Parts: sequence; structure tokens; C-alpha cells
Amino acid sequence: MQKEVVIKICMGTGGIAAGGKEVMQAFIEELKQQGIDATVEKHCSVHQVGCRGFCARDVLVDVIMNGEKTTYQFIKPDMVPRIVEEHIVGGVVVDEWAVKEDYHAFHEKQVKVVLADCGEIDPESIDSYIERGGYEALKRVLSEMSPEEVIKVIKDSGLRGRGGAGFPTGLKWEFARQKNSDTKYIICNADEGDPGAFMDRSIIEGNPHSVIEGMVIGAYAIGAKTGYVYIRAEYPLAVERLKIALAQAKEKKFLGENILGKDFSFEIKIKLGAGAFVCGEETALIASIEGRRGMPRAKPPFPVEKGLWGKPTVINNVETLANVPYIIRNGASWFAQYGTEKSKGTKVFALTGKVKNTGLIEVPMGISLREIIYDIGGGIEGDRRLKAVQTGGPSGGCIPESMIDISVDYESLQKVGSIVGSGGMVVMDETDCMVNIARYFLEFTQTESCGKCVPCRIGTKRLLEILTRITDGRGRPGDIDLLLILSEDIKAGSLCGLGQTAPNPVLSTIKYFRDEYEAHIHDKRCPAGVCKNLLTYTILEEFCKGCTMCARVCPAGAIVGEKKKPHRIVQEICIKCGACFETCKFKAIRKG
Amino acid sequence: MITLLIDGKQVEVKEGTTILEAARQAEIYIPTLCDDPRLEPYGACRLCLVQVKGMPRLVTACTTPVAEGMEVQTSNEQIERIRKTIVELLLSDHPNDCMVCEKAGDCTLQELAYFYNLRENRFLGERRQYAQRDNNPFIERDMEKCVLCGKCVRVCEEVQAVAAIDIAYRGFNAKVTPPFEKDLNCEFCGQCISVCPTGALIGKLSIGRGRQKDIQKVDTICPYCGCGCNITLHVSRNEIIRVSSSPDNINEGWLCVKGRFGFKFVNSPDRLKKPLIKKNGKFEEVSWDEALDYVASKFREIKDRYGPDAIGGLSSARCTNEENYLFQKFIRATIGTNNVDHCARY
Ligand SMILES: Cc1cc2nc3c(=O)[nH]c(=O)nc-3n(C[C@H](O)[C@H](O)[C@H](O)COP(=O)(O)O)c2cc1C
Repeated sequence: MQKEVVIKICMGTGGIAAGGKEVMQAFIEELKQQGIDATVEKHCSVHQVGCRGFCARDVLVDVIMNGEKTTYQFIKPDMVPRIVEEHIVGGVVVDEWAVKEDYHAFHEKQVKVVLADCGEIDPESIDSYIERGGYEALKRVLSEMSPEEVIKVIKDSGLRGRGGAGFPTGLKWEFARQKNSDTKYIICNADEGDPGAFMDRSIIEGNPHSVIEGMVIGAYAIGAKTGYVYIRAEYPLAVERLKIALAQAKEKKFLGENILGKDFSFEIKIKLGAGAFVCGEETALIASIEGRRGMPRAKPPFPVEKGLWGKPTVINNVETLANVPYIIRNGASWFAQYGTEKSKGTKVFALTGKVKNTGLIEVPMGISLREIIYDIGGGIEGDRRLKAVQTGGPSGGCIPESMIDISVDYESLQKVGSIVGSGGMVVMDETDCMVNIARYFLEFTQTESCGKCVPCRIGTKRLLEILTRITDGRGRPGDIDLLLILSEDIKAGSLCGLGQTAPNPVLSTIKYFRDEYEAHIHDKRCPAGVCKNLLTYTILEEFCKGCTMCARVCPAGAIVGEKKKPHRIVQEICIKCGACFETCKFKAIRKG
Repeated sequence: MITLLIDGKQVEVKEGTTILEAARQAEIYIPTLCDDPRLEPYGACRLCLVQVKGMPRLVTACTTPVAEGMEVQTSNEQIERIRKTIVELLLSDHPNDCMVCEKAGDCTLQELAYFYNLRENRFLGERRQYAQRDNNPFIERDMEKCVLCGKCVRVCEEVQAVAAIDIAYRGFNAKVTPPFEKDLNCEFCGQCISVCPTGALIGKLSIGRGRQKDIQKVDTICPYCGCGCNITLHVSRNEIIRVSSSPDNINEGWLCVKGRFGFKFVNSPDRLKKPLIKKNGKFEEVSWDEALDYVASKFREIKDRYGPDAIGGLSSARCTNEENYLFQKFIRATIGTNNVDHCARY
């Protein structure tokens, strides 16, 4: 009987960073050496695949023998010979390296639509995409559907923009369709600037053709002949794979003149962004493509009226577009079966922070935060207590533990002062200081403000200064009210979404964790023990054995005392590095 | 025409007018720092925020076009609170050295601070500080006083088509600058100075030469060329220290380098104030009567001997329009020749 062996190696950015390329090379060499090619009659292939989300376990390797899949985790090149010998030649799975129950738990509650083919197909091979039904949707659209019918399907599916604002995609396309203009554009927004976010990057790295197919369908629906992918230059792998995919799609006539022999032509250009968060905002993005400084302008007019070079323009997020082929292929009602009444389908989140399983997840809208954190995320690291979840990145807010049964959808998150946003999700536990978290996000938005409008340019700077003085122990009575008023004025007064949402982390943490602010300001105390200036380390005499360990590790020479007698920390010299605290075996040092 | 309500007042304006422009026509005041009707709307200072019935957010009057039946409220508690916060934020990042600032008395930011009675500042913090000075000959650029209204950048690009400056850096560090922070090296039209609402851009020629309140303004016509731009001479202690031009005149307030900065000759010590006649190879000061008699007799001699076309007259843009008029009249009617010209042509 013929044996068929397929080996799939994770080569997303995470996989490559963990050594994916070396693992792949090791497999190729080992297989050659063992002469496997011959024994399995040339039915053995080694593939690179995109990210499958569980980056914490990279390098992940699938070995598929006659259709039976085993996934290995944390694979290094020196582990390859044993896998080849025992599993591929010998037919016995190397159990100790294979993924366990928790790997499956990570995937169980996920519903993969846009990530379904990521990690399965070779992102640099169009045939690999076509084998799994790729470009079927485009074929159907061009042979059977009018632009209006395409728009209707997208509208019926309930798909809303995944870039942050959640605007109904079908409606956006309809507006653009109705504009009478000889030139229209469609732009794919792959700027993805939120700290910690890598959803769009992973989609393009793992399945670039799905985005291209979505774009071509969108172009057909609105009547565009040219499209742009605005992608940040810091994503070299995504850019590379996108370029390969564009060339392949053109060769197969899914792109270019007379696509699939029909009277419809469309080309896609790549425009590299220089890494400014604000360039993800659509009017700034347009300015950037036009060669001007990436600064937003007032809307209206909206891009569908006056966009790129003054022409009607649709801007869609990567994930939004990647959903499109699957919706056309499987139907609007298939898509709409997932989600809530107003938020349909799935959403990809970058789950990070203090959960056990960090990575990229795709969940149906309407899932609860609790399910994400405890079922998919595996709970909190070190089984500490959950404190809050920050969603929506720097534009979002913190949701306290008491609300984690909330449904994850556009409306529900907004109601509690946060947003779905582009899909950042940071889990925080009792060791996180909420004032410090707010300060962290403000530091980001403040430096990423373009500087055009006053409330954002100077207002966020002042918010950051006030937050910094609070965490430094220089907070003043009245600072909380000042933060609140300034935040409200920045929200209402700023020009674009950046300033309008930048105060959200401040407002939500004050709303739910006001006591922490008060402790910092009035008691000069950081309850989570994070803010350095508010910490004191003291030695508890009754526990100190005088072992001198602490004095030896102290880099500042701040600890004094005789051997075998209780020691003492000289507070004026202490630099609060925490080295003594970590070292003491007798729990004799108190932090607080 | 479009009819709308601004603060309850019915206003009728042309389609495409912005709310800000409509309010101005109705003589309703809306504060702004970044608007100039001659430039493209920008919407950066956010002072002109107004409430439009049915819109979920406050909108900037300068960027929002009017619509039929629109109901606009130009002021309410929230709007005034935001405006005050904005001015206070600007002042928190401003040198506040009005006592020595050239712009004092003619500064929009100062006016706003006065209007909102901002003595204390809730937001004091880090201030931008730039040690480097621009060594160009005409324009003092003090970027610590810049409010980033972008007017200079826009006028340079939209009106002058030069684009010598743009905004660089991000956020709080955003700064208007020539490329690579070099000294300004443009055609020095000074349009940027004319639109700057603060003391960030000042003509170097006027520095230290008189406070705004001591200035006497004299309207005249620029003599330099046939365009005939309207200019206003700013006179302090009987000397011209600055030239400006009003936006509502024939040249819409725009001038070139000569009209704006070419006035130093007026008070030049090299300038002739008394007539001179060369006697025995040396110039000697003489009375006007003697000089005019001498010139008249010489002209007559030449005209009698060689005919009027042997004489030609050239006059200068540094004379007034009236003087130049009289000069050509004299050459044509009295001398009797058309041989007359002027560096800006007759
Ligand atoms: C400061 C700022 C940054 C943004 N960054 C992104 C981004 O990186 N990617 C993105 O798709 N949308 C981003 N957006 C949202 C876009 O402006 C726009 O709404 C979106 O691309 C529209 O696509 P969608 O309807 O498919 O979501 C950003 C918005 C703001 C205000």
C-alpha cells in the first residue's frame, strides 16, 4: 500500500522566530538521508504553513500519515531525527512531544472562518489555496452574479468592518456602487498598528489569497479598477507573501486584464506604510498613499464620496475582506448563524497578557469573555486572580472581572466603555496596576498622535503627565477630576478616532478602579505593588534569620546587619529593584 | 440658496458655504485659530466646534458645509468648556512672554486667553523648547509659540505654490520646519507671517521697533509693479517698520517679497534728501529753485537742439504711484516724447 506523508511546519512570523526554517530544513535533510522519498514512493512532502494561532507553543509541526494528523509542539531541529525515525518510518507517534489535551481545549471553542485555512495551506502556493476551494467564490461571482447581488449577499450576511468601527460592509459597498464615477478605488487596510495586535499580519502571512480574492470581489461589486493594499513596512514576511500571491493570482487570471476571460479588469498595488498608528485611520491612510503627510481630515466628505485622489473609495480591513470569499462560497445565512443579532460571524483576537494560552484566536461573536479567558486561554497564569480585560487596544477600555460574563460583540463592549476594536485582548491579574495600565496606553497614543489637532496633541500629553505623576507618587488631590474632565474634552473635541478614543483606558479604569487611583494619590500606595516609587521593601525582623543573602544580592548596598541577626534596609539607599524580595528564602521581606 | 438657523437666527447663504462662513455673514462670532477663508478648511484647532441638531458629535464649523434646514448652536456649556480647555492646553505649551512678544496686541491666542480669562492653568507641564534659531534674513521663526494651525504650511503650498515648509515629527513634538531643519531658504514672500495667529512668525525688520498700540497705519498702493497691490504701512516714530495687506482688498492680502519687505530704502541714510549739482567735478548741495532752474534750462537746450525724442525718462518703483503718474505726464506733455518707462512698466 502506498503511504502518504505530509509534514506541515508553522512558518508565521512566530514560527520563524522560534526556528521554523531550521526545523523545516532538518526535516528535508533527514528525510533525504533516510531515503524516505523512495520508501513512501515520492508521496512525502514538506510544507510551510501560516500561523495557527498557538504561538506560545511554536514551532508547531503537523505530521499527517494517510490522513491521520499528529501535532507536535515546541519542536527544535535536533528533535527531528527521532520523529522521522519513530513516527514516519516506524509508525509510532512520539507521544511525549505531541500536543496534549490543553492544545485541543485551546481550539475547541474557536470557530475558524478566516483562519480556517491558515496553518493548513502553504501561503506561497496558489494551488494549495485552490485545492481547498480558493477562488471558487470569485468564479461564481463573475459567472453568475451581478454586483448588486454580491452586495446583497454581503448585506444579508451581516458582516461588519473588522478594522474597529464595525460599519456594515455591504452598506459601504452599496454607497460606493451608487456613486457615479469613472474611477473608484478599493483599499485594503493592513496598517495594523495597535500594540500587541497581529491578526491581520497572520491572515496575510497565512492565507494571502483570501484577502486578494475578497478584494477582487469587492472591486467587482463597487466597480473599481484599481486597488491598494496599504501595509506597514515592518511586516516584511507578509509583504513578501502578498507579492508572491499577487503574481500567482495574475498568472492564473484572477487578477489583471479581463479576469477569468470576463469583461472585468482589476489590478492591486502595494503601498508600504512607514509605521504610524494614525495612518490606519482612513483619511490619513489616503493622504499617505497620495504622498502627503499621514494626517486625518474632517469627515464628511467620507471616502466613499471623496477618497483617494478625490474619487469614491472603499476602505476595508484585512479580516473584513478575508471573510468575503467564505461568505460567497457558503452563503449569507451560513455566516449569519454565528454571532449575535447585530454582530454576525466570527472575530479574530490577539489574546495576550496573564492567560496561560496566549495566541491568536477566532471566536464567534457573542462568546463570553469568561469562555475566552478560562476555556480557550486556559485561565490565569499561576492561577492568580483575574482583575480585568482590556479590549480594543489603545482605543479600548478595561472591563473588570465582575463583568466577564459579558457577550463579546460590538454593542455590548461599547456599553461598558470599551470596544471590539481591531481585536486586541489583554488579560490582567491582581499583579497589574490599573493606573499604570492606563499610563501605558496613553504613552502609546500620545506618541502616535499626528499632532494636528490641539486636544489630541497637547491633551493626551497632559493626560500622560498626570498619570505619570500619580504612578510616581506625586499625584495631587483633584487629579482624578482633572483626568475625567480633560478626557471628556479630548473625546468630544478631537478630530479623528485616535483622539476621540485615546482617553478610554483612563475613563474605564477610573470608572471601575477608582480606589486604586485614590490609593496612589492619597495614601501614596500602589495596591498591586507595581509602581516603583510607591513601593517600600522592609525586612520583617521576626522572620529574618540573618542569612545575609539579601545583603549580598542588593546592587545598591542598601542592606545592613550582622550575620545571624535580623538585617535592615536603609530606605534612602534602596533603589526598589526587588532583588532581595526575590532572593529571601524565609519570606522575611515585605513589599508594599 | 440655502436657509439655515444659527443660534435661532435665520441665515441665507450660497450652497457650499461652511457653517463658519455663514455665521460670519450673519455676524455671529465663532472663535477659531486655524481658519482662513482664503485657504482650504483644516479643522485642527477645534475651537469652532458647534452643535448641529441631529448630529451625534460636535462638528467643526470650518469644515462642515451648510445644509437646508440645518439648526446650528454655536455655544453651550459643553462647547465653551471644550474651547476653554483648548486655549488652556495651548497656553500650557506656550512661552507666555507676551510682555516682550512682538505680536502682543495683535495676537489671536492672547485675545482668546483674555476672552476666557485664563490666569491659572490646570495643565501646566512640559513645554516644547527649541534652542535653534533660523538665520534667514527676513522671517523670525519662534516655533515655541507655534500652535500648529497649519496656516503657514497651507499658504505656502496653496497660494504661493512653493511648499518650503511642512509639519515634521509626531504628536507633542510636531513642528513646522523647512526640510531637514535647515534655515528657511525660500522666496521670502512672507505670506506665512501674514497668516500666523501668534508670535511664531514675525518679520525680522520690525523686531524691537514699536508696540502694536503705537503704530500708525497708512493705506497705500505697492509701487513695485503694475499689479497695484493694496498695502498698509505700519509707521512707528515716523518710520515704516512693517507692511501688511488686508485680506478684503483687490490682492486678497497677498504680497510678494518686495511689497512686504522692500521698504528699508525709505529711511536709508544713503538716500538723497537735497538736490546736488556737480560743480568743478564735485557734487554740491543746492536749493530746489537752483536745481530745478538748472534742469529746466538743460532740458530746453537739448529739446531745442535735438528735438524732444532726444530726451527719455526712467522712473523708479521706489517713488509713490502719484509721483510716477506725474513723472510720465511731465515727460509726455511737457517734454513731448513717449520715451518714458518705469521698472514696473507704465
Ligand atoms: C487611529 C486609528 C487607527 C486605525 N488603525 C486601523 C488599522 O490598523 N487597521 C484597520 O483595518 N483599521 C484601522 N482603523 C479603522 C479605519 O479607519 C477604518 O475604519 C477601517 O479600515 C475600515 O474598514 P472596515 O470597515 O473593514 O473595518 C483605525 C482607525 C483609527 C482612528
